[in-house]
Amino acid sequence: MQPDHFLGYRRPAGDVGVRNHVLLLPTITCANQVAASAATLARGAVFVTHQHGCGQTGRDLEQTMRTFIGYGSNPNVYGVVVCGLGCEAASARIVAEGIARRGGKPVELVLIQESGGTLRAIEDAARAAAWMLQDASELVREQVPVSELVLGTECGGSDACSGISANPAVGSVADRLVDAGGTVLLAETTELIGAEHLLAERAARPEVAQRVYEVIERYEREILATGYDMRGGNPSPGNMAGGLTTIEEKSLGAAHKAGTRPLMDVIPYATRPKTRGLVWMDTPGHDIEQLTGMVAGGAQVVLFTTGRGTPTGCCIAPVLKIATNTATFERLRDNTDVDAGAIVAGTASVEEVGERLYGELVRTCSGRLTRAEVLGHQEFGLWRIGPTL
Amino acid sequence: MAMASLLVLDARDNVAVALESLEAGSRARVAGGALELRDAVPMGHKVALRAIAAGEQVLKYGAVIGRATVDIAQGAHVHVHNLEGLRGRGDRRPGASGQDG
Repeated sequence: MQPDHFLGYRRPAGDVGVRNHVLLLPTITCANQVAASAATLARGAVFVTHQHGCGQTGRDLEQTMRTFIGYGSNPNVYGVVVCGLGCEAASARIVAEGIARRGGKPVELVLIQESGGTLRAIEDAARAAAWMLQDASELVREQVPVSELVLGTECGGSDACSGISANPAVGSVADRLVDAGGTVLLAETTELIGAEHLLAERAARPEVAQRVYEVIERYEREILATGYDMRGGNPSPGNMAGGLTTIEEKSLGAAHKAGTRPLMDVIPYATRPKTRGLVWMDTPGHDIEQLTGMVAGGAQVVLFTTGRGTPTGCCIAPVLKIATNTATFERLRDNTDVDAGAIVAGTASVEEVGERLYGELVRTCSGRLTRAEVLGHQEFGLWRIGPTL
Repeated sequence: MAMASLLVLDARDNVAVALESLEAGSRARVAGGALELRDAVPMGHKVALRAIAAGEQVLKYGAVIGRATVDIAQGAHVHVHNLEGLRGRGDRRPGASGQDG
């Protein structure tokens, strides 16, 4: 294989998947059971569960719909069976149409009220997924450049080593990918409070620098309106046990994931980047809501650093876990793919660990499973921005 | 046994990071010199490189991570007991109900 290439699945819309999943996507809590049961019949199909999709309105509903459509449109997905009840606010029909329009990929719609109850809806959903699985199995990976990748970056269960070892190693991978023409998502707006000036300085255009301050100010204003010190919520008790004292300190470490290249844009939650290079997606620090937003924005693969350890995975995108220290890597070996602890121990440089991590990233994109995938982790979380009605 | 070391991330910093857990009274290597630890400091936690007065800014990565709430002696453990963040402080908002909400 040529350098800076991987083996991926070219989709009808031209984008490239690193996986080839058939997704059962409920747009409402009421349809979770149908999606989960259909996945046991159509073996190999994946599904998500969640607790939203109704009693929502306005911007909040729009964001939820955008997240569903973006998730189904992710290039790692071959085809989607959208499962609804039939009367919910987050219309399964609109989601199905949105995915079909965007990607030209196979999409089927199953509504419990139209199928005639749970058992019939499970049968309809399982059959639709089964035919898709059969067609998907014929696709062959082809060699494509890493410039096709949208890499999500994330840190969770951070400790004081995060900003010294794993995050800078991810930053070196981010730089390499940007230089090769790829796209890197930085996210977790909450966890950039106190580091925004460093990112604004790197903005490609003055409007981008202004957006950096706007998204930070909006988030901080919401936190101030609660009347609480955000400490305890973020940094979390685990972050503090790991040596992080304040949000500023955590943020300065978190920002290292972004490498050193110019910041090209700041984009809303669960939207596709319009430019290549380093892009900031405005998401909460909550690991799962962030992960879901990045994947709905088209990220095919995620590098996730952790100091305390975390099991998080995604049913349609590989999430590579990188431990900031060797003790955590050893303790949570089941959940952790790469150990960046050698940087703290002084036995390897950031560049050396970054090189190893880049190799692991390319192999993963070509098909090697992550620990989270092997163990079946499939966390999914919607970022709600309005009241439940 | 070699002396344990402290990592200074930026020349402007007034705290350093313990690269392993350190005992009170032990001496740690730091930026070509040595520092006596006043407290036990777990791995990854911060140590004051010099005396930091109450109200003074605490710097790590060359940037402000908060403010000392009390006088901090050189070699002391720097954490939630003597350092507070300045951002996201809803409890400082006029009329805030504080931690008892």
